[in-house]
Amino acid sequence: MTNYPEKRSLTNAGAKMRRRKSFISYSVTFLQNALRNSAFCILPSEFPISLLALACLSTAALAAPQNFDFKDPKGVNNAVFKLDAPLEAINGNATGISGTVTFDPADPAAAKGKIVVASSSLHVGNPMQQQHLLGEKWMDAAKYPEIVFEAKELKNVKTTGDTTTADVTGAFTLKGISKDITVPVKFTFLKDKLGQRVPNQKGDLLVIRANFNIKRSDFGIMPGQMEEKVSDTIELTLSIAGASPK
Amino acid sequence: MSNTVLRALAAILIVAATALWLATGANRGWTKTSVPVKRTDEVTGITVDDYQKRFVPGIDFLGAALLGSGILAGASFLFRKPQTPN
Repeated sequence: MTNYPEKRSLTNAGAKMRRRKSFISYSVTFLQNALRNSAFCILPSEFPISLLALACLSTAALAAPQNFDFKDPKGVNNAVFKLDAPLEAINGNATGISGTVTFDPADPAAAKGKIVVASSSLHVGNPMQQQHLLGEKWMDAAKYPEIVFEAKELKNVKTTGDTTTADVTGAFTLKGISKDITVPVKFTFLKDKLGQRVPNQKGDLLVIRANFNIKRSDFGIMPGQMEEKVSDTIELTLSIAGASPK
Repeated sequence: MSNTVLRALAAILIVAATALWLATGANRGWTKTSVPVKRTDEVTGITVDDYQKRFVPGIDFLGAALLGSGILAGASFLFRKPQTPN
């Protein structure tokens, strides 16, 4: 009996400990439920995933790559060529341009495509030069009817507003010989401007401009011959517009 | 045909050829049968040279006229009148 008060105080201490434990346990459960109710039960549990999917879909819809057709009904697409030899300068152009370029205004670096120039559309003012140009010795337009540039890779891509500049590396094929060249290209994306060129048609335009040099000797065109009259270096200027109807 | 007529033809040929060459812009390049005329697309800003048929004589045309004139003038010496003794 003498130990009774001690035993009583021990029993009280144990009861206090149990109460504390159950209080902590209750508090934790309460907080868990409260969090579950407030954060996850107000909105459907799929909400974050739905929002993400919607954001992805809308981004994809806005940034879908577009195919631009470079067969121009207005006939302004042209490639100008200039040869400046010591004794003679030859200037002319080609308007028989076709091809397709895939361009995404949101991701210009992913652009790819192929531009084709019909050899028979090469034109110079002098009839004798014209005959020689398309003849077997020079362009041999009958045997090699196409001049092709096929883009493979874009580097140094810089975009300001609707204009993108890039160094485009691709395969340039002339007179049956293909060589990889890098060309500085300027892309201008003209949103919803197709209707201004082609009535009753909605869509976008893509203008491509490029200025670069090639050597005719690299493509087996009379290498090392007549260079005093027909320059080995040919300056090419490409100004073309493609349409992407909607 | 008298030598006087041939010389007159030679002179007319070279004068007419030179006048035509000057009147069409004194092109110092080769003769052209088509010339570029610029056309600009307002929407894209692209400028293209449309070739229109037009005769523009060049230095080869002047050379041919000079050669023809020389042949006529040279031929005129074949038709000299025989000199009558005094």
